[in-house]
Order: sequence, then structure tokens, then C-alpha cells
Amino acid sequence: MAEEVKLMKGNEAIAYAAIRYGVDGYFGYPITPQSEIMETLMVEKPWETTGMVVLQAESEIAAINMVYGGAGTGKCVMTSSSSPGISLKLEGISYLAGAELPCLIVNVMRGGPGLGTIQPSQADYFQTVKGGGHGDYRLIALAPASVQEMADFVGLGLDLSFKYNTPAMILADGIIGQMMEKVVLPEQRPRKTEEEILRDSPWAARGKTKGRKSNVITSLELDAAVMEANNLRFQATYKRIEENEVRYQEIECADAEYLLVAFGSSARICQKAVEMARAEGIKLGLLRPITLWPFPTKVIAAYADQVKGMLSVELNAGQMVEDVRLAVNGKVKVEHFGRLGGIVYTPDEILAALKEKLF
Amino acid sequence: MDINDIIKPENLVYTKPRLMNDNAMHYCPGCSHGVIHKLIAEVIDEMGMEEKTIGVAPVGCAVFAYNYLDIDWEEAAHGRAPALATAIKRLNPDRMVFTYQGDGDLAAIGTAETIHAANRGENIVIVFVNNGIYGMTGGQMAPTTLVGMATATCPYGRNVELNGHPLKISNLLAQLEGTCLVTRQSVQSVAAVRKTKKMLRKAFENSMAGKGTSVVEVVSACASGWKMTPSKANKWMEENMFPFYPLGDLKNID
Repeated sequence: MAEEVKLMKGNEAIAYAAIRYGVDGYFGYPITPQSEIMETLMVEKPWETTGMVVLQAESEIAAINMVYGGAGTGKCVMTSSSSPGISLKLEGISYLAGAELPCLIVNVMRGGPGLGTIQPSQADYFQTVKGGGHGDYRLIALAPASVQEMADFVGLGLDLSFKYNTPAMILADGIIGQMMEKVVLPEQRPRKTEEEILRDSPWAARGKTKGRKSNVITSLELDAAVMEANNLRFQATYKRIEENEVRYQEIECADAEYLLVAFGSSARICQKAVEMARAEGIKLGLLRPITLWPFPTKVIAAYADQVKGMLSVELNAGQMVEDVRLAVNGKVKVEHFGRLGGIVYTPDEILAALKEKLF
Repeated sequence: MDINDIIKPENLVYTKPRLMNDNAMHYCPGCSHGVIHKLIAEVIDEMGMEEKTIGVAPVGCAVFAYNYLDIDWEEAAHGRAPALATAIKRLNPDRMVFTYQGDGDLAAIGTAETIHAANRGENIVIVFVNNGIYGMTGGQMAPTTLVGMATATCPYGRNVELNGHPLKISNLLAQLEGTCLVTRQSVQSVAAVRKTKKMLRKAFENSMAGKGTSVVEVVSACASGWKMTPSKANKWMEENMFPFYPLGDLKNID
């Protein structure tokens, strides 16, 4: 299958990309606004082409534990859900992190808390980048701002996950999941062979072959000294990720006097706000974190020497703004503008908020 | 005759299974887990499936099963073993996959995973150790605790009004289209051990033949949790557990 341009929803892009990137298994449970991911996979029947397993689990909890089971055998596996379902998966995500297993989790966020709403939101930022589940772990978090990135980040997320043997998440929202755009799908990547799995994941539980100790996938260790050593190993991995994997996009930042900081769908709306501001003669730029963890702390800190103020624009009550403030460390004013519960701001509202809060 | 004249390979009548390692077990005296571990080790070895077997360990007393059986393992979160096993088997159909679960793991917190894996007819083996108590956490009430039986969380005996009835989950699993073998056995006598091993062998063979889910329940004694001597615990099990959890095949499709 060669590269081809298609028009599709963000959720569909996730599904097609999963097949194209050679994913071995998808395990999911329906929840709005991301059900098209599993629906598309079931229509495409990849088990007849690439051999990919697609299974509708009995719950989000079962699905994430299926991911754990599959990942423990060295397979390339993923799941997807939306906010309430991700809350259910957090136990499993913590176990995956504790057992150092690679996998991809997609969260197409909706408004909360609780059952909340099915409308888009970005209120799971804290949950994603500040742990969410129990214990000292981090989750590689990619925030797509287009349908194209929904597809691309399946590959990127899996590659990073396997590079560091730790779970990765695509943190999208209902807008990116539901909107349609042109997408170039990647060429078909073959699924890993048995030999490639044994080479890349020698720790995997695949049946104890002669001449090696048994492989045990576990996060359990009752000896506190060993458990501390395990934790220090995790932290060393997280440090390497922070040093090497920060990704962000700068739009109109070179001469900016004010900076919007926004991720995902908010960044798309902010891009329009930047255009409108520039038309008025306001030197506004946009910094879009692509990796929410590792967060682009250094680049934001550097802009604190250039701009007069920053506005963190998020579809929540003010979450990422805390990390922006930590990066800026009091050098310039950092404010938050958000809408909640599924309401989405317009570019005019963002521009008005900028003037009101920073001018 | 000197003892060394007797200790010769040709005189060997019994040995530790090859797939059991030398780690000292944490199980209490009189516990059934060691015997069940041994049987699983023997069956895997006799089937020549050492290199193809992946076990899923539970949370509960058998949480460290992977320290004793020298095969590849995955350690599941509490109750989720059948979900892990589902994916392991579906992604690796030529592997032999089993879960090893206690009553709390399988019949309380993991009820949904157990029932749905069995209902999908996953080609896995579920070894279910039912001793009617939570051993690892210090002897609390299990879903299978008998009415009137005292535990740390029903110290005056299980009361139906307060705690509901003991759950015969194997009877429930036997009703499901996805199961091919559901049997209830025990390991307190030589005859019982032999019978359990036979059923384990059948269960593992079923899983490789693609017949569906096989469940081997082993009604077991927990001398520590029941606060009895090992021999008294076995007697108590025969007199109290067996009448409520009668041994035998609940379902056995050839």
C-alpha cells in the first residue's frame, strides 16, 4: 500500500494508522467520542490482512489489562477510550509503567468530571502528565492538533514507547477525534516477526527457551531496596525522555511580544487568533507543546526573556498554565483562558481574553 | 547394604518436577498451593510445552507462583488474569496459556473478566484454587466463604443477610457456551491428587486443541486462615467444603 491522501475523521485516522503501523492488537470498549476507532477497525478486518487482533473487551479495565498481557509478550498493542474510560484504565497504566511495558493508549477527551459530557474538553491534562494512576511514573503524552497528526502520532507514540519500554498516550479531544481532514496514511509497516520480537524484547514472556532464566513480567517487588532501585531506573528513563523527546511547534514566535500557549484543538483555534491579532498589529505568537510530557519547559522559559506576557489557552479551568508558570518562574505574567464542560472558544474570545488579562 | 547402594538413578521412584525450582516456598504448612504447583509443572513438562507456556499469576497467596514454577510468567493486577490471558493467547495462538487464581481474585474482584473470558471461549486454562478465604491479606471473607464460617471480616461467621451467599462460580461458568471443561477437584489425598492431575492435563490439551475455556477448580485447605492444624483443616474441608462444593465434573465435553 503506497501513500495516499484520504478524507477522514481523526478517530478513523487512528484506526487506519494502527493497521498501517503494524500494530499486533487493539483492545477497546465503546465510549463517545472515540467509538469510531474500534468501529473502523472492525469494518476493515485487519486480522484478514496484517493479522492484527481486534477485540471488544467487556470493560475499559479488561481492555487495558489485555494490553498489559499482550505487551508482556513483546507484541505491539494499543487501546483507546475517552476520559471516564481512561480513569478506569489508570490502574492498568500504572501497572504497565511499573512493569516497563511499551504500548499506546489513546484518550479522546470529553468534558468532566464524572460522566460529564460527550462534548470536547482538555480537562485530563493533569491526569495525563501528573501521574493519574498510583506511584512515581510518567506517561509520554502526545497532543495532536490535526487529523494528520492523529495518524502520525500512532507511529511516533509506538516508536517512543518501544524505545524507552514505557507506555505512551495520544491525548486528543472530541474535536480532533470527530473533525474530518485530509490525511496521508503511512505505507504499510509489516508486523514484527517472532525473531524480531525476541531480538527487540528479550525480556518478553513468550515461553522459556533453553539457556535462559524465566522471564517474569511484574511490577511487584517486596524488597524495598530493590524496589527503590527499580524506581531509580524508571526515573533515569524519564530523565532521558525529558532530555531527548521534547517536541513543540512555534508559530509567529520570532518577533512575538505576547505568546499564546495551547495544545491540540485549542492550538488550531489560537492559530486563527494569532492571524487576527497580527492583522491588528499586535505581535502575537503561538507556542504549541506537542509533547505534554516531556513538557517544553526550556523553550517556554527562553520566551520569558522575549515576551511581555503569556496566555495559556486550554479547554479546562487552568491546568497546563501551572507548567507554563513553573517554566517562566515569575519572569513575566502568565494567565489562563479557558471554557469548560464542552464549550469551545472562538478566536475572538481568545483575542479579547488576551487584551483583558495581559494588556 | 549401604544407603549409597540404594541411591541410584534406576531406583528412583519419585522426584521433584523438573520445572519446579529450588526456591523456598512461602506457603504455610498444609497449604494446597504447593501440590497444585507441582501438578502443573509435571503436566507442562510431560506435554513437552515448557518453551511454549505462559502462566498468568494472580494477586493473592499465589502471587509469587512465578518464583516456583520455572516458566515464563506475567503477573496480573488483582482479578485481571483472564484479560491478560485472553490477549496473550489471541496474539500468540501457538502458546499454551493458563491463569492461576484464588477465590477472591477469580470470584470477587475478577468476576467480570472470568465470566467474559469463559463466555468468549478463550482457549486458555483457568486454575481456580478455592479455599474460602483471603489468605495473603490475613484471612478475610472470600466470595466462597461458607455460611457460618468465621473469618477476620465475618468474625461471628458468614451471615447471609449481611454477606450474601457463598458463590458457586464454577456452576455458573459451566452454563456458558464458551467453556468445554469445568471440573471441581481437590488435592488432600493421593487419589485426589491423581484425579486433579488428570483433569489439568485434559484442560491444557483442550486449550491447545482450541476447544474453549477449561476451568479446574481445586477445593483447598487453608490451615493458617482457618486456624487449624493441616490434618484438621483437610478433615474440615471434607466435612464442610465438599458438601457445598461437591467434587466432580460440572461439564466435560470431548
